Amino acid sequence: MQLRDIAELLNAALLCGEELLDKDVGTVYASDLMSDVLSQVKGHPLLVTGLCNTQVVRTAEMVDIFCVLFVRGKKPDAHTVELARDGMLCLMATDKTMFEVCGILYENGCDG
Amino acid sequence: MDDAVLSLKYHVSPDDFKTAGEASSDVKNKLKKMGLSPEIVRRVAISMYEGEINMVIHAYGGEISVDIGMEAVTIVLKDKGPGIKDIDKAMEAGYSTASERVRSMGFGAGMGLPNMKKYSDEMKIDTTIGVGTTVTLIIRLC
Ligand SMILES: Nc1ncnc2c1ncn2[C@@H]1O[C@H](COP(=O)(O)OP(=O)(O)OP(=O)(O)O)[C@@H](O)[C@H]1O
Ligand SMILES: [Mg+2]
Repeated sequence: MQLRDIAELLNAALLCGEELLDKDVGTVYASDLMSDVLSQVKGHPLLVTGLCNTQVVRTAEMVDIFCVLFVRGKKPDAHTVELARDGMLCLMATDKTMFEVCGILYENGCDG
Repeated sequence: MDDAVLSLKYHVSPDDFKTAGEASSDVKNKLKKMGLSPEIVRRVAISMYEGEINMVIHAYGGEISVDIGMEAVTIVLKDKGPGIKDIDKAMEAGYSTASERVRSMGFGAGMGLPNMKKYSDEMKIDTTIGVGTTVTLIIRLC
């Protein structure tokens, strides 16, 4: 599924990284724990998280994750969005909960 | 150690969660530009970032030097923090002394040091209680 389809499904706002919307996301990794993201992630999944600070973007950058989706209406500050832009990451935000997001993505064929 | 093609030095600010990771990010970008394989770049980035975060959350920041040679990338993370009492214990997955504040920021699961070990070819910890800790990571290029 392309990032733009995911944004539409989840009614997510795009915060930066429009140029990446055509990219395909095969797998999804959902976690609020960056320790786990750093030690468990394989490939280049979409990161779904309720944590909202600059280290989410840094962590994504280190493990080659190119898109982060913030849940439950959380919006990163301007500095964090700037970092993401510099690192050529796509950031999205949705009002849906982590549970809803994972359910919808799973239903629509995304794997863990 | 082989002759360094590029030697880099970074200062890591104490207790600054906003800028933590800047050094690792810079190294990652430089390695990418040098054309190293994505897998090597990823291993260097993850293991250095874990070390950089540890310096911020467990010590009072410090200095990082990175030597990029023909045969290996050598990362030395040096802090003047409290030191590590029991290295074997610290190396266990799940062992952490991180504060509630650090945990609320998404870290402190006790996965960092094991992860640094996993992604490096060699890892050495020199630590003295009350003096500081130096972690050396070597990632071979071939
Ligand atoms: N530079 C350091 N100075 C002092 N103590 C350290 C240092 N690095 C690690 N430690 C000690 O070793 C423990 C384990 O470190 P490790 O990186 O594995 O886990 P963590 O940092 O607590 O959590 P995580 O890395 O999952 O976010 C830490 O909780 C801390 O007690
Ligand atoms: Mg750690």
